[in-house]
Amino acid sequence: MDLTDILIMLLKAVVVVVLVMAIAGYSVVGERKVASWAQGRLGPNRTTIPLLGSIPVIGRILTRLGIFQLPADGAKFLFKEEPLPGHVNKFYYILAPIISFLPPMIILTVLPYGQFVKDGVMEAVALSQTDVGILFVMAVSSISVYGLILAGWAANSKFPFLGGIRASSQMISYELCIGLSLLPVFMWTGGTLDLFAVVQAQGGVLFGESIGLPKWFIIYQPLSALLYLVALFAETNRLPFDMPESETDLVGGFHTEYGAFKFGLFFVGEYAHMVVGSAIFSIVFLGGWSIPFLPLSAYPEGILGALLSVVVLAAKVIFLLFFFMWVRWTLPRFRYDQVMNLGWKVLMPLAVANLLAYMVIMAIMPGALL
Amino acid sequence: MAIKVLHRKPLTLAERTYILPILSGLRITLRNMIKAPVTLEYPEEKPAIPKGYRGVPTLVKDPNGREKCVSCQLCEFVCPPKAIRITPGEIVDPANAHVEKAPKDFELNMLRCIYCGLCEEVCPEQAIVLQDIYSMNSETREEIVLHKDKLYELGGTLPDAHFKWDKKKKAADEAAHGGHH
Repeated sequence: MDLTDILIMLLKAVVVVVLVMAIAGYSVVGERKVASWAQGRLGPNRTTIPLLGSIPVIGRILTRLGIFQLPADGAKFLFKEEPLPGHVNKFYYILAPIISFLPPMIILTVLPYGQFVKDGVMEAVALSQTDVGILFVMAVSSISVYGLILAGWAANSKFPFLGGIRASSQMISYELCIGLSLLPVFMWTGGTLDLFAVVQAQGGVLFGESIGLPKWFIIYQPLSALLYLVALFAETNRLPFDMPESETDLVGGFHTEYGAFKFGLFFVGEYAHMVVGSAIFSIVFLGGWSIPFLPLSAYPEGILGALLSVVVLAAKVIFLLFFFMWVRWTLPRFRYDQVMNLGWKVLMPLAVANLLAYMVIMAIMPGALL
Repeated sequence: MAIKVLHRKPLTLAERTYILPILSGLRITLRNMIKAPVTLEYPEEKPAIPKGYRGVPTLVKDPNGREKCVSCQLCEFVCPPKAIRITPGEIVDPANAHVEKAPKDFELNMLRCIYCGLCEEVCPEQAIVLQDIYSMNSETREEIVLHKDKLYELGGTLPDAHFKWDKKKKAADEAAHGGHH
């Protein structure tokens, strides 16, 4: 590997990080927009950038959509005073937001974003393609709970401590469910853990042309998809499972003592986690970049096909992000014991039963559906 | 008092799965998202002010363009937060000499006013009226203490069916004429 290879890799990494951070950033604005629409309001629609905002039609549309709100919010976080409370454990206090922000960024390295066909050979558009794909994802994403626990503990005050404790028990309980709900899918694809192979298994039509369903895992493993989705809500601390934060009873939960850019890191980290979680859900259950009823080979060769596939995946991710927000502004927060009951007494047994059921199905009729 | 005990109905199976109730909730919020917003874009869009709204008290002129206030000071006395201070004065314009008096200055302190409308109620001349001005602000305290000229500017002219002073003058003129016959 010489210097140009390294530079190309770096360039790719920068592009991926910039794109994902843009989506994560704009989902903050999107959250505010969706919230206001659900509540009969308009949401951010005044912030504008002098020259860009005065372009005749486009400038007004962008302003009304709140597109310029993101730089304003970001700049606000950057220019705020950065207080360091006297009663905190400084090392872990500073480390916590970084730890909770890093895992989604690390996961980005193994996700396939699309396909690139060259001379009939299909390759993944990815930073690196590993055979352990999903295993790596789950291993890394389970680290993010440390960020919350550390924040709750290092802040050395009661509300963050309670938030941290809730975060630890909730995320550990739902992690089990995530693993168990993903297992049947990867058993179905013949034991491979490679995310690219999972997408390749989902192109085409299920049950022949007459019934015509897209060959996505959400169609023939709906329970796995539902369990994963519910656990994903809990893992990303989104309502109705935002126990660690629960601002009504814990002020701000684990980030009560945080301000300025450190809070911003938690904030963006949560959305980056959502983006990555949605991407995994799209890849595993929604067929990745496969368009319903079309085989994956329908994408043209070369750069055009690669871009198209990335756009299709991004569309699915953005829809899922909208779904996250839609649910947030629909459901109230669960009580803490309800969260635990749901996790251990409902989701866990269901996930195990689901796994066993698919094991039996696969044993009775191997390769029946694939 | 008899206590009525309400029993919470046990959840049905469909409700216990959470899924159907959540879907119906999602449908409600989605319908709300499609609906037009209920908010006003305030500085550009103004709310419709209903009749009888109690806004900033203003002084009004009658259709002859004459100030109605005769500086009787009833509003000053009735004002609960003591927001009004009147300096009574004589009529300056000789054409209006038949009118009793006019305020030399009429001070209305909007920092104190509570928009109760007692001044309007008590005024025998219907000279002070709470109209539809709901946004009164300034950058200094001095500016928001309104004086006579500002109050007349805000108040304008209201339709008046009485023409009290015209009638009084006419009657006086007729009485003076009648003395000859």
